[in-house]
Amino acid sequence: MAKIVAGVATSHVPAIGAALDNGKSGEPYWVPLFAGFEPSKKWIAELKPDVIILVYNDHASAFSLELIPTFAIGCAASFKPADEGWGARPVPVVQGHPELAWHMAQSLILDEFDMTIVNSMDVDHGLTVPLSLMYGQPEAWPCPVIPLAVNVVQYPPPTGHRCYMLGKAIRRAVESFDRPLRVAIFGTGGMSHQLQGPRAGLINKEFDNRFLDLLVNDPEAAVNIPHIEYVREAGSEGIELVMWLIMRGALADDAKEVYRFYHVPASNTAVGHLILENS
Amino acid sequence: MTQADFDDIPGTLLFNADRSRKGYHLNMFCMSLMKAENRDALRADQEAYLTRWPMTEEQKQSVRDRDWNKMLELGGNIYFTSKLGAFDGLSFQQLAAKMTGVTQAEYADMMLKGGRSVEGNRSKSEWKRG
Repeated sequence: MAKIVAGVATSHVPAIGAALDNGKSGEPYWVPLFAGFEPSKKWIAELKPDVIILVYNDHASAFSLELIPTFAIGCAASFKPADEGWGARPVPVVQGHPELAWHMAQSLILDEFDMTIVNSMDVDHGLTVPLSLMYGQPEAWPCPVIPLAVNVVQYPPPTGHRCYMLGKAIRRAVESFDRPLRVAIFGTGGMSHQLQGPRAGLINKEFDNRFLDLLVNDPEAAVNIPHIEYVREAGSEGIELVMWLIMRGALADDAKEVYRFYHVPASNTAVGHLILENS
Repeated sequence: MTQADFDDIPGTLLFNADRSRKGYHLNMFCMSLMKAENRDALRADQEAYLTRWPMTEEQKQSVRDRDWNKMLELGGNIYFTSKLGAFDGLSFQQLAAKMTGVTQAEYADMMLKGGRSVEGNRSKSEWKRG
């Protein structure tokens, strides 16, 4: 049977991708950020997951306002990096895992999570930046990736509770897949940031660090944070943090923290990063 | 949690149903700039290109003025309006500087110093300071 072995939370700031792609990762501004992910690169090189389920949000790349799925699962054989207006990122095409993805879609729908099934989709920085942070700049991504896109652009996004319950349903789905796969799940986006309007640039280190603590030790408390608190305390785009709760829900209650990193700023954003392992 | 609670957050416009409905064509105009042929058309003749989109006159004027906050007030969403910013050659941080009324250098400096504090920025009542 397949099983979820670990969870990774990380911000997915587009400027991080641009820094890597344009050879700027050695500049003083970026050195501390990339240094913070060096232990993570070693960790994942040792873990060697067979598949990654990557929870992220699309930023008006694959989905405009024509179609706004709350939860969408990528079931295609591959996903091209999206052209976000200045050419696609020079990163490998993402290979999917259609067998597991379709199994998950069926299992989740029967488990009362009405997933949108996506057979053709380009993936933007929300998905590719976390891969770059964890794997650097390889010729090909080391394992298949199942994109799981969450709407956090159009209000209302799903509640923290709904996200956490989806995570638990993902765990049931993975554990009922009849192949011995070791699966890692990523929750991405956040941490505090606001991109819009006169309050842009908001950062809240206290909120972020409390959220990191809760995610590890008291996820049930994090689950109950209402939308208004994310928006007021962590900025209008800080609400992306609900996606981290999907990752947390998919792990065991007693999953252990093995690494943590927090850094301000990356462009407009506070970068948070956690690695959790199931025992 | 009601809309009034969200409305009380200063300098922040929640992209809710009303704004999405009102801003649909403005946002889809911005979305169209993902295609090179549309960027060329906008560059060649802005007025002609704007007539292709059933936006309100006020929305069109906000586009002509590149009034980024006005676009948000009229239903624009930042992930869409930033595509017009990218068309103009603006980075996200340059756009943020314009929306917050400071120079890019001042904005970048604020971020390097830890960003805009949430203290004093939770409620509109805290912004009523002369």
